[in-house]
Formats: sequence, C-alpha cells, structure tokens
Amino acid sequence: MMLDAKIPEGPLAEKWNKHKFNLKLVNPANKRKYDIIVVGTGLAGASAAATLAELGYNVKAFCFQDSPRRAHSIAAQGGINAAKNYPNDGDSVYRLFYDTIKGGDYRSREGNVYRLAEVSVNIIDQCVAQGVPFAREYGGLLDNRSFGGAQVSRTFYAKGQTGQQLLLGAYSALNRQIQAGKVKMYTRSEMLDLVVVDGKAQGIVTRNLITGQVDTHSGHAVLLCTGGYGNVFYLSTNAMGSNVTAAWRAHKRGAFFANPCYTQIHPTCIPVTGDHQSKLTLMSESLRNDGRVWVPKTVELAERLRKGELKARDIKEEDRDYYLERKYPSFGNLVPRDVASRNAKQVCDEGRGVGKSGLAVYLDFADAISRLGQPAVAAKYGNLFDMYQQITDENPYQVPMRIYPAVHYTMGGLWVDYNLMTSLPGLYSLGEANFSDHGANRLGASALMQGLADGYFVIPYTVGDYLANIGPAPIDANRPEFAQTKAEVEERISKLLSLKGTKTVDEYHRDLGHIMWEYCGMSRNAEGLKKAKGMIAELRDAFWKNVIVVGENEEVNQSLEKAGRVADFLELGELMVDDALNREESCGGHFREEYQTPEGEALRNDNEFAYVAAWEFKGNNMPEVLHKEQLVFENVKLTQRSYK
Amino acid sequence: MSGHMNLTLKVWRQKNSTTPGKFVTYKANDISPDMSFLEMLDVVNEDLVKKTEDPIHFDHDCREGICGMCSLVINGEPHGPKRATTTCQLHMRSFADGDTIVIEPWRAAAFPVVKDLVTNRSAFERIQQAGGYVSISTGGVPDANEIPIPKPVADEAFSSAECIGCGACVAACKNASAMLFVSAKISQYALLPQGQPERYARAEAMVLQMDEEGFGGCTNTYACEAQCPKEIKVTNIARMNREFFNAELIKS
Ligand SMILES: Cc1cc2nc3c(=O)[nH]c(=O)nc-3n(C[C@H](O)[C@H](O)[C@H](O)COP(=O)(O)OP(=O)(O)OC[C@H]3O[C@@H](n4cnc5c(N)ncnc54)[C@H](O)[C@@H]3O)c2cc1C
Ligand code: SF4
Ligand code: FES
Repeated sequence: MMLDAKIPEGPLAEKWNKHKFNLKLVNPANKRKYDIIVVGTGLAGASAAATLAELGYNVKAFCFQDSPRRAHSIAAQGGINAAKNYPNDGDSVYRLFYDTIKGGDYRSREGNVYRLAEVSVNIIDQCVAQGVPFAREYGGLLDNRSFGGAQVSRTFYAKGQTGQQLLLGAYSALNRQIQAGKVKMYTRSEMLDLVVVDGKAQGIVTRNLITGQVDTHSGHAVLLCTGGYGNVFYLSTNAMGSNVTAAWRAHKRGAFFANPCYTQIHPTCIPVTGDHQSKLTLMSESLRNDGRVWVPKTVELAERLRKGELKARDIKEEDRDYYLERKYPSFGNLVPRDVASRNAKQVCDEGRGVGKSGLAVYLDFADAISRLGQPAVAAKYGNLFDMYQQITDENPYQVPMRIYPAVHYTMGGLWVDYNLMTSLPGLYSLGEANFSDHGANRLGASALMQGLADGYFVIPYTVGDYLANIGPAPIDANRPEFAQTKAEVEERISKLLSLKGTKTVDEYHRDLGHIMWEYCGMSRNAEGLKKAKGMIAELRDAFWKNVIVVGENEEVNQSLEKAGRVADFLELGELMVDDALNREESCGGHFREEYQTPEGEALRNDNEFAYVAAWEFKGNNMPEVLHKEQLVFENVKLTQRSYK
Repeated sequence: MSGHMNLTLKVWRQKNSTTPGKFVTYKANDISPDMSFLEMLDVVNEDLVKKTEDPIHFDHDCREGICGMCSLVINGEPHGPKRATTTCQLHMRSFADGDTIVIEPWRAAAFPVVKDLVTNRSAFERIQQAGGYVSISTGGVPDANEIPIPKPVADEAFSSAECIGCGACVAACKNASAMLFVSAKISQYALLPQGQPERYARAEAMVLQMDEEGFGGCTNTYACEAQCPKEIKVTNIARMNREFFNAELIKS
C-alpha cells in the first residue's frame, strides 16, 4: 500500500485555502442524516464534537471519566501558541510555522504545520468569544509570554491553568449542543474496539464502566481523539487513566501507527521520591523564563548536597554550573525540551545531580525574586510554587526547586493524512492521538493549539468530503461485523477476568515502565533496544498467564479497566522499541547514542531517515510492516538545529 | 525506609447503588509521609488485589488537583484536613503514625453512591448543560482584542472560573446545597462582556435546574467556602442571587 498524505499542491500559504475549496460539501439539509462518533472529549474531541453538531451532524461523544471536562487536557498548565503578533515583536504565521518545523527537528510535514500556524489565530478569537478568561494587561488587552524556547512572545495563557480554561470553553460549546439534542454524550464509557465493515470504519464497541454492559454504536465516520500514550512508561505526567487502547485497537483493525518511538521527555518535573510513586508532576516550562538551571561544578559538592551536609544556598556562585547558559549562550535556559532534558541527564550521569537520589537539578528563582520582587514572581507562578510545596514540603521562594525530566507527551500516534484521516477510510484521529504536526519534538504550548486546530477548524471541513462521497444512507448496524466485534470484546473481557495469578496489574505496568524508561527513554542504543524487545515479549506472556484481575464484568471494576489498558501497553511497547531500533539516527526526542555530533547533540540522517515511519499490524506476534512516507521540504532548509 | 507510619482506615464499602454499605477496617502499614493520600490507598489496594479481594474503588484521574475527579470525605472533611487542597494533593505528612482515618464518599441525595467511594455527580453536568455557555458557534467571531476587558474584571472572572466541579461544596454543606458551584459558573459569565446577552436567561435556567436536581438551599454557614479546594468565594453566591432576582424582575 502506498501512503498518500494528500498534501495539496501549490505554494505553502495557499494550500489550505485551495484545499478547502476543493473539498466536497455536504448539503446542509443532508447533514442531519449523518451520524459521527467522537471518542474522547479533551480539547480535540470536545471542540470537534461541538463544531460538527453546530454544523448539523448527529454526534455521539464518549469519554471514560464521569464528565467530558475531566479529560486530561484539563491539566495543561503553561499556555497556547498563536501567531497573533499582538506584542509586535516580529511574529508571523511563517515564523510560527518555521519554529515548529525546526523545533520538531524536521520530521514533520510542511503543509500540516503551516496550516496549524495559520489557524492558530482563529483559535484565540474563538476561545475569547466563548468567555475563556485569558490573562490580560492593564489596558484590557490580552497578555502574551514567551514560552518553551520561542524568541517571540506568542503564548496566551490563563495563569498556570490554560488547559483547564480552554477545555471548559470547549466543554461549554459541547454542553450547548448536548442541550440542543445534537450531541449525545456517553460518560464513563470506554471504547474497546473498532468496527470495520467493507474496509471502512463504521462503529465502535464500548463498555459501560458502571454496569459493564458492552454495546455497539454505528456511525458514518469515527473520530479518535483519545490522547497520548505516555503512560506506557508507567510514570509520566499524564493522568492516571490516559491510555492507548482506542488507538491501539484501531491499529489492530488496520490503521497504521506512525513514529511510535517519538516521545517527549519534559525537563521540568518533580523528581521521583520512591516506589509508591503513581505519577509525576510537571512544573510548567514557563518557569524556565525566570528560573535558572544549575548543578554544582564538582562531584564532591554534589555528594555533600545529596548527603544533606550542604544546602543549595551554601554553594557559592563560582561553584555553580549554570550549564544551559554556559553551553547555549543565545537560548540559555530556554533551549527546547529535548535538549534541556538530555543535558539534565548528562550532568546527573556525571555524578553532579542533587537531591537524595542524585536524579535532580536545581531550578533557582533567587535572581528573579531579587530582580522582580517576590509578589511579581508569585503573581506569575504562584499556583505552581504552591503545588511544588504541597508535594515536596519545600518552599521554592526560599530554596531552589529540584527538577528532573519525565515522560510528558507522545509525538507518535495514528498515522493521518492532511485530512486527518487514518489509513483506514472513515477513521479519523485528532489531537495527541495522531502523529501529525510535531515531528520528533513538540514545542511548548503547541499541543493545545493542535488539538483545538484539529477540532474547531480542520475536521469540520475535511470530514465533509468523505461523508459527501459515501452518501447519507444509514449505516446498517445489523451487519455481522458488529456482532462479531462485540463478541471478540466480550471474549477478551472473560479471558482477563479468568486470570487469577500472583502479580497485580500495577506490578506488570511498573515492570514495563522500567524497561521502557531504561532502554527506550531519554537515550537509546541498538543493544539495549534489542534486549528490551525480548524483555517486553516475555513480560507480556507472563501477564497473560499470571496477572490477577479481580471481580466481575457486571459492576464497576477498576481492576478490569486497568488490566485491559496495560495489556495494550504491553503490545505498544514492543512496537515503540522496533521503531526506535529502525530509526538509525538521532532526531528531537529520539536520541540514539550511536548517532551524535562531537558536542553530544542529536545527529540526524536526512538522506536516509527524512520519512514518517508508519507501521502496519499483520497479526498477533507477527512482525509489523514498515511503510515510509517521505517528507518533502520545499520551503525550509534542513540544518543542524543550533541553540548555541 | 524509615520514618514510616502505620495507620488504621475505616472505609465505606458499598457494592453498588442498590446494596447497603458499611464501614470496613483496614490496616495501612509502612506508609511514607511523601505519599499522597491516594498513593496510600493504592498500597492498600495492591494488598487487597493480591488476596483477590475487591480493591477500594475511588474516583481520580489527574492527581494534580485540577480535573476535579477525586473526592473522599476524610475524617468528616471533604478533601481532608488541609485547606485549599484536593484529596489527590493531600500528602500523608498531614497525618501521624497510629492515626485512625475515616474515609467516606460525598454524602448528598443528588450524588448517589455508585460503588464504595465513587458517586454519581451527573447533576452538575445537567446544570451546566442548562445554560453554562455563550451561544456562539465556531467561526465568525470578532478578533480577540476587539473585546477589551479591564484586568480586575478579567481576574475576578478567572477566580470564579477556577472551580474544578468536584462537588466538595455540596458534600460540606448540611443542606447539600450546590450554590457555590453554580454561582461560580454563573459569575464567570455575568462578569464578562461575552456573557451579557444571555446573562439573566442563563442564571435563571441554571438555578432552576439546580433546584430540580434536589440540591438543598443555602443557610449561610459558609462550610462550602471553607472546604473548597480552589477557594471559590461565597461572594459568588450573593452575585448569583442578584442575577436570579434580576432575571425574575425582567420577566415580570
Ligand atoms: C501536565 C501537562 C501539562 C501540559 N501543558 C501543556 C501546555 O501548557 N501547552 C500545551 O500546548 N500542551 C500541554 N500539554 C499537552 C496537552 O495538554 C495534551 O497534549 C492535550 O491536551 C491532549 O488533548 P487531546 O484532546 O488530544 O486528549 P486528552 O485531553 O488526553 O483527552 C482524551 C480523551 O479521550 C478519552 N478516552 C481515551 N481513551 C478512551 C477510550 N478507550 N474510550 C473512551 N474515551 C477515551 C478520555 O476520556 C478523554 O476525554 C500538557 C500535558 C500535560 C500532561
Ligand atoms: S466550588 Fe469549590 S468545592 Fe464546589 S465544585 Fe467548585 S471547586 Fe469544588
Ligand atoms: S485527581 Fe484530579 S483533582 Fe484530584
């Protein structure tokens, strides 16, 4: 099968407009004859469901939480980018496009990224009109800050709760359509499989998490907006319920999975304190605007800090190594995430890490506090400082924060074309669940932008083209594929419930996480990856023999829910390793130790690897087949990223 | 590891909404003060699962104090003893070795128990569906900076918008009133220019839905404000009453 990304011809700046014109439209009177299934109600899903319903389609929306507004998007802190250029500091659609392509280490599509930058401005207008309370200046206009290595201030924010406010905005639009009867909302419902009829996605199978009832739902198109798979690492900044099940089940039904190894490890998270740890907490990247990252210059001093003989404030200025400022004078503490994370790992590997475990570096606000005063620092970051203190019992106004990298975001995901359609006709993927716009590394404040761009401004146009082509005839839910898929789901549930071994689901999940972090985490090499592949396969076998799943199907059963999700992670993990092994270069968040510059930076191999790796499932325990989508660069010149 | 605590838990167990529930006692041993309250329950649950017993069910997701999914009445207080803190952000250093901790679900007629500590808070959904939005569709909106909003107004609206919809205010109130939650939602829109066209209709629709869901009235004890993890102010309630009153005035 040839992968066709369907990127429109023509100059970059005209592609999207022309494409919109060329897409077929559904006659307004016919829209109500189409049913669209939207799985997930985070920024991507809620915005898509609301907008499609406004257009007149019948939407069925699903989420596993008890409310659509509890989707993981709610936790995003720092902000959302848009090329508004309100501060008049030289931003433009082209600059946002360029920064995003470069930030992604030239592993994303020009056409997609340009479109993203283009519609970014509409997102802010839309959110403000909904009543999203973004931060404002004294004159009443919107405030912007610079974020995540950008050299212009293009990030809109609502204190440290931007995701919450944006999601509540999208949720309000969704509520309006629920009230109008155009969206039927299914909460506490988990999609467990995809129904494919005649090669097209036509429905899903869900489990009601209260009653255990397994149902099928039919629709003319299915949109997966189910978020990222960072929890394959067990510990991550994702919410506890974030999972890959919907995307993975779709993959096993024919949708290609792209660039699974591209994982973002975020540099500023609160370090692990012990085995009981259930998740990691992000300290927003915005902190790097004013905080300075350092470790002691010598291993001896670091050791004394770790033993508690010295405190951070005892270390004299000349004994500190502000290593990011030293190595990257022009970007300093604002280098992109992958670079900041790798450098933190490096200094800790050298033995200069701090905190009891030695797996932490300092993020110090002393200078900012003396420059701006504590009230100004509190106004900007107060809620983050409070959160830090609650978790660590240390006051970051007085002592520097300790931070360490943690898994945060997955750039990989379901392969989609320019229309956001997967390789399976009728199946679309939006938001973090798809692979599309961030290449090998996502810049800060661009995931919220992408989720809302996909949902508010892309899918409403592109899905119409497919629907107009297939026509409004009702989907026949009596086709045997529906009953067959449902039976397979029920069989899997029974199988899981029959397992009464000796190890808990969490124990398997933790083991998987250790393997992934050790061998497929911040840096990778061929030998380790090969080892990990074997270890994951073994762990998966052991899981299906020896895990304990308690309770029954016909009740609330969190043990069963978790087991199903971890079973899918155990399959995904192996594909991530295959992908990392295949990509014999370093790019963005994917760092292969064998491929680095003399200074230890990621060394790309554009001649051989400027492609999207899209994997096709061929059957359980069969090797997946790699399809390559060549990336074509007509506008930007591929260079070695430099933040010196 | 040392410095660890041994605790006794009295936990509300209830199979489903129709079966009566009861307190069951568990030991939580070797608990680190660095654990969050939910991580402590994870440890207890791991032990239960190892014995193939049903783990204690509770709602949670973000574990960062923002999704509003976690709940739990801990020693009689929704979200536990620490002010301005959700259960997921409460750490075991707030307790002492040897403590007995009583853990219950939200108690309110409008939030029926689903299982153990999990309740059904869908009443909050219906209240927001009744009017918690600005009636605009995607596209065709003015440029964001064409709607200037004085910073103090924007900040005030933001502080109402911080509500995470957890329901602790209802659980804290002896009348199970939802006024703090509903008033926070109404206030956000009542304060902002975007909310003006539907200001009174919204207040009326949301208040009527709230009453229909069976939440109690407000008798000004301010227990809600004291327990709210996001420090939503009771001044929102005064504003809501004014909005509702004006709505009725306009109609008559
Ligand atoms: C702590 C944190 C901070 C962040 N800060 C920022 C930031 O400042 N700026 C930025 O741009 N990005 C940020 N990000 C990234 C960004 O928040 C996410 O990438 C984005 O919100 C994902 O949105 P989404 O709509 O794709 O998915 P999500 O919000 O994850 O939503 C997934 C939805 O799918 C549903 N779902 C999943 N599986 C199933 C299933 N099987 N059945 C039914 N429903 C299912 C869930 O219920 C949920 O509704 C942050 C991420 C984290 C973890
Ligand atoms: S007002 Fe406070 S207690 Fe009530 S739902 Fe909102 S955040 Fe929770
Ligand atoms: S789990 Fe999200 S607020 Fe507690």
